[in-house]
Amino acid sequence: MSQSNSSNPTAANRRVWLRALLYAVLLVFVVYYLLPLYVMLVNSFKPLEEIRGGNMLALPHIWTFEPWKAAWSSAQIGVQPTGLKPYFINSIMMVVPAVTLSTLLGAVNGYVLTKWQFPGHGLVFAMILLACFIPFQIVLIPMARVLGILGLAGSTPGLVLVHLVYGLGFTTLFFRNYYAAFPTELVRAAQMDGANFFQVFWRILLPSSGPIIVVTVIWQFTNIWNDFLFGASFADFDSIPMTVALNNLVNSSTGVKEYNVHFAGAVLAALPTLIVYVVSGRYFVRGLMAGAVKG
Amino acid sequence: MKSHLQAWLPRIVLAPSFLLILLFVYGFIAYTGYLSFSDSRMLPSYGLVGFANYERLFGLRHWKTALNNLWVFGLLYIGVCTVLGLFLAILLDQKIRGEGFIRPIYLYPMALSFIVTGTAWKWFLDPGIGLESIMHNWGWTSFDFDWIKNRNYAIYTVVIAAVWQSSGFVMAMFLAGLRGVDSEIIKAAQIDGAQSWRIYWRVIIPMMRPVFLSSFVVLAHLAIKAYDLVIALTGGGPGRATELPSTFMYSYTFTRNQMGVGASAAIIMLIMIFSIIVPYIYSELRSEKRS
Repeated sequence: MSQSNSSNPTAANRRVWLRALLYAVLLVFVVYYLLPLYVMLVNSFKPLEEIRGGNMLALPHIWTFEPWKAAWSSAQIGVQPTGLKPYFINSIMMVVPAVTLSTLLGAVNGYVLTKWQFPGHGLVFAMILLACFIPFQIVLIPMARVLGILGLAGSTPGLVLVHLVYGLGFTTLFFRNYYAAFPTELVRAAQMDGANFFQVFWRILLPSSGPIIVVTVIWQFTNIWNDFLFGASFADFDSIPMTVALNNLVNSSTGVKEYNVHFAGAVLAALPTLIVYVVSGRYFVRGLMAGAVKG
Repeated sequence: MKSHLQAWLPRIVLAPSFLLILLFVYGFIAYTGYLSFSDSRMLPSYGLVGFANYERLFGLRHWKTALNNLWVFGLLYIGVCTVLGLFLAILLDQKIRGEGFIRPIYLYPMALSFIVTGTAWKWFLDPGIGLESIMHNWGWTSFDFDWIKNRNYAIYTVVIAAVWQSSGFVMAMFLAGLRGVDSEIIKAAQIDGAQSWRIYWRVIIPMMRPVFLSSFVVLAHLAIKAYDLVIALTGGGPGRATELPSTFMYSYTFTRNQMGVGASAAIIMLIMIFSIIVPYIYSELRSEKRS
């Protein structure tokens, strides 16, 4: 904010100093936020002795890719020396269908809740919205039983179902708020021209839904990829996701603690969501905002 | 006939999602609620025992520790995130060159899994190889920082890692709020001769009330749900020093075979979250209807 009395030389001087201080503080926080990422990256390229004997903030003396290779394909996770690779694949097999289905259903729900309102639509929306915020501990016991009854216990389809159900609240919220701002006159006009329920959605709303689809897909992808509780509760070897495998790798009590492998593994687990964030950060932020401040 | 179908079609399309939520959210809440009044141990069992599980729960030392930790963690997490987020947002709102570079750096931790965050901070705060050893390496040999191994201080390391993860998000919320402030108001205050910091304190920050409210709601519900971070960072330890209601519920239900007590812990968590969220959603939906 510019001061009205900046013509005064001492005041101008003070302003320069304040500016410098401002940038210095901002820079300190840049360092603070980057520090853990820097620590993970730098130490994932060091031989183990260098971490134990040396300084965690120092660059490697000897650069090595061995920790990365180990984390990916040979590190001991649970009882098997498979590395994180199979779990990375498990996560992908889980995330892709869960994100696709929950986004599709969210889009249709948002469409109905804004353009085809029926008596009680407000209550239905409120109930869907409230479902976003439940502590998932409340569903663990019955969910384990239902997955067993459905024959989906410990399987990737089971996890897809779980993430689909508990993602519906947010995807519906996103599309509902987006379509609420979409001019209803256009919908009515298309109906006059004889377009039916699906044609209106397909021809009128969907073509202009690009941004909200991106926001929703990123939100769902980030949340489901990063989930730990459901993975830890409902997955078996064939379906254990990346986060659970990483935690097993880091917290396995046997043997030497291979910090460099842990860090490489952590970066591997973070990479997909980080890439999404770097490529489309703007949409990521919009999703966060939409999830927090409605409308 | 066709128009009849057309009239019902929207409801038919919405029905599967609504039924899924009805069953998997509200039905499951009812089921867990029932179990909390039952004699379930290793498996669900349907004999009713009244409030016995709740009485046991509130008599358990671990549960008291968990509630106490949640209180300490939640208060500090919400407080520090809000102050830091507002502070950084105000700094970034001073027509900063390179804002487009700085902002994403403040916010990227929000894209990471808590397991990744926990792993990074676990080893960075480890006295053997992390911060303490770094300081010793630099010659400050009396530097002492073993909080993560210390029963009395371990919960604060959870705060440190959680604040690192979420404060950038709060910053982004406040920044959006600040950008929405009418510049005429600021100009009017300046003409009155008020200094910048006074304008912020007296005029702008009070205008951020909705942002304070929504960031409180988001952070409070994240704090009550916090689970992954504790598991990755401390595993609930040392001992049980960083136990939270979420980790308590999990271990009592699935490893200690006291499902009834675990279910009652889950119900208490739900009550805590709903007592914050329900009034918020109610007022949001009402104000939406009015506008």
